[in-house]
Amino acid sequence: MLSFIRAYPTETKLLSVLVLLCLALSLSSDSFLTLGNFASLLNNYSVNVIWATGLLVVLIAGGIDISFAVGASVVQYLCVYAFVAIGGGNWAIGLVTAALFGIGLGLINAFLIHQFRIISIVVTISTFNVFFGLLMFFSSGRFLYNLPGWWSHRVALLQHQSADGTWAEITLPVGVMIAAMVATWFLIRHTTTGRQLYAFGDNPEGARRAGINIALMQAIAFGWCGMMGGIGGLMQAQIVKQVVPNALIGRELDVLAAVVLGGARLGGGRGSVLGCFLGVMLVAITQNGLNLLGVSPYAFKMVVGVIILIAISMSNVDLAELLKPKREGH
Amino acid sequence: MAPTQSERPMTDLDSTPALRFRHVSKVFGNVRALDDVDFEVGRGEVHCLAGENGSGKSTLIKIITGVYVPEPGAEMEYSGKTEHAVTPNSARRHGIAVIWQDLALFGEMTVAENIAFETLLGNRPRPVSYKAMRDTAHRVLKLLNVDIDLEVRLNTLPIAQRQLVAIARALASDAQLIFMDEPTASLTQSETDALLSVVRTLSARGVAVVFVSHRLAEVLEISNRVTVLRDGKLVGVYPTAGMTQSRLTELMTGKTFDREVVARDTSANRPVLEVAHLTRAGEYQDISFTIRAGEVLGLTGLIGAGRTELGHTLFGMTRASSGSIRLEGRDLRQQSNRDAIANGISYVPEDRLTLGLVQQQSIADNLVMPILPQLSTALGLISRTKEDGLVGHWIRELSVKIGGPPDKVSTLSGGNQQRVVLAKWLATNPKVLVLDSPTVGVDVGARAGIFRIVRDLAEKGLAILLISDEVSEVHMNADRILHMVAGRIVAEYDPHKTPLDKLEAAVYA
Repeated sequence: MLSFIRAYPTETKLLSVLVLLCLALSLSSDSFLTLGNFASLLNNYSVNVIWATGLLVVLIAGGIDISFAVGASVVQYLCVYAFVAIGGGNWAIGLVTAALFGIGLGLINAFLIHQFRIISIVVTISTFNVFFGLLMFFSSGRFLYNLPGWWSHRVALLQHQSADGTWAEITLPVGVMIAAMVATWFLIRHTTTGRQLYAFGDNPEGARRAGINIALMQAIAFGWCGMMGGIGGLMQAQIVKQVVPNALIGRELDVLAAVVLGGARLGGGRGSVLGCFLGVMLVAITQNGLNLLGVSPYAFKMVVGVIILIAISMSNVDLAELLKPKREGH
Repeated sequence: MAPTQSERPMTDLDSTPALRFRHVSKVFGNVRALDDVDFEVGRGEVHCLAGENGSGKSTLIKIITGVYVPEPGAEMEYSGKTEHAVTPNSARRHGIAVIWQDLALFGEMTVAENIAFETLLGNRPRPVSYKAMRDTAHRVLKLLNVDIDLEVRLNTLPIAQRQLVAIARALASDAQLIFMDEPTASLTQSETDALLSVVRTLSARGVAVVFVSHRLAEVLEISNRVTVLRDGKLVGVYPTAGMTQSRLTELMTGKTFDREVVARDTSANRPVLEVAHLTRAGEYQDISFTIRAGEVLGLTGLIGAGRTELGHTLFGMTRASSGSIRLEGRDLRQQSNRDAIANGISYVPEDRLTLGLVQQQSIADNLVMPILPQLSTALGLISRTKEDGLVGHWIRELSVKIGGPPDKVSTLSGGNQQRVVLAKWLATNPKVLVLDSPTVGVDVGARAGIFRIVRDLAEKGLAILLISDEVSEVHMNADRILHMVAGRIVAEYDPHKTPLDKLEAAVYA
């Protein structure tokens, strides 16, 4: 227990805040602690978690990506045209296509960052604008509704009817979210490549001297982020059953805040999948709670902003130190 | 001219050298960084590579580790095997490892991962075995006879333990010859002793160690032989038995330095800084002393004795919980270091690379930083004319060797950077100058230059507090010496009455 707290201080703190928040909300609202509410929270925020796992890898490698959400919109448009061209497709083809388009966009970022030695925030702000500009130009702002049937149909993975007759269901995006989390966790914790990403983000010069392939690191980090961006885009279109060119712009900052909240460091070298998930969920449950308590939606952003500020300032407090019994005379 | 042959035949060491390089030269542009240098290290030998900054030490190390390619004609042999083109990878395969001064470790990763880092390398992804890494780390630390928690993140460790982790990492990758670049620069005496004993352990196991250090005392204590370079040329290879610090200094610089004690009696001068019963909980207790005009007061003691903390309080960066500081008879109440600067107290920090200078800014910008208000015109803009005049004055005054004032500070050598820091604080026209370990990372020749400046400043009436853990330099340069242990001043010495060896025994005990 103590060793978990020491190894994952931010995650532990986040988890305890979440538990307290859930406790408070379940006491003040009847509809909070229901299966239906939690299922819909998961369904609605699964896309953010998918993106968060992608962005996490970039942050671990010491970079940042502003372009992935707009990139996801680009992938959505490309996918619609690709599926029309091949006359339909199915989930397997859809996931692979979206992932490949996403990886392509991510590799553009990686190439620019590595080849021209430009810092990632500058590169991805530029590609953010280029992607969005191209998208608006070629789509002329048109919405697309001609999604293939398999794509726009709701897929329930688990269903459960409660005693009061309400249905709770877990949909496909949640399944994809879990897969994304497991895959990312495996990559960063259990492969040599993942540990190299940590090392590279932590001390780029040390990593270079040790013989780590820097270009490969950038390609994997931004490729992974692009891939999750594309898959997240596919899922988002499935939830809303349409493709809107400016639907995702701005989401990158929500995701970034959640990932940083989850303990990833902007300087690189630190972060975990669990933290990402908890970070997204803290924001989600806060908004959900405000909603259930009847607070004006216009106040949401403000409250979420304040919560992020408090959480980030709190992360400097060492929980393990507080829990340790005080040593005498020291 | 000094002999270029070993003065004593190295019988067993010569038989199977871990490394034998001959006729190594390296030219950068029109500078001969290395000129026909031979370098040889025996198996399990502790060898010292000595020379001033710019003598070619790092160029030689970079050639041996395959970072630079030498000029044609060099003969390179690793453990008897001749190599024609060395790359960083082939050097590593030959068991060559370098522990750089910045260690190149990974602060966010665990100790075990840092030590077994080699197993994580390679472009093809493989599964990671944390258990195997822990086993490797455990085995290597056991060889070194040290005990470090394998699961903690590296940056929670003190610097001395990180150093050991860096050594362990080299061993884990099967190093046969480890270069250590200034390994003791930031260690306390007891940590240095622990490191030196690890080096002896390595040597006993047949691992050769090449030591690069400015601290000549420990160089002589630990190594079997010393190779001296000067201006890119080999001065000679000498056994350390019978070698003295002053002889080694002469070989490195080609000059002789008088190591005479210069202490003068300043007890008749007017007091400038009077500190009485100064206490700050957990840092130092009941500190009382007086510095007079023109006096250099030495403050020595081991790292962690509270010397730097005391310096910080004098400079207004922390506040004492009780006691008083009087400057020229006036009680000081300093809220910040801006007050201290205004009062005429300057502090040259120990870690000038990060605290004393903004490396990426120009020499001129660094120099005028604390005195910008004095340089401003009526409109609050900076007067370039005043700035240029001032910068020129101090560069001449302290004979800083530079290309020009707009050059970045990072282009200067350690000794010249230290001069810029000094100039920066002297420009504030201080009455009291606190120098915290002014020669860390500065080579022997440049040290003498810095202390000549310190002397001159004292002659002009400045009161100087010289903080250093190098007892010999305090002994040589201070008028009086205070000895600090665990936050208290325990003794005062007169350098004329207390010989250096007595003082060293007292401080390092």
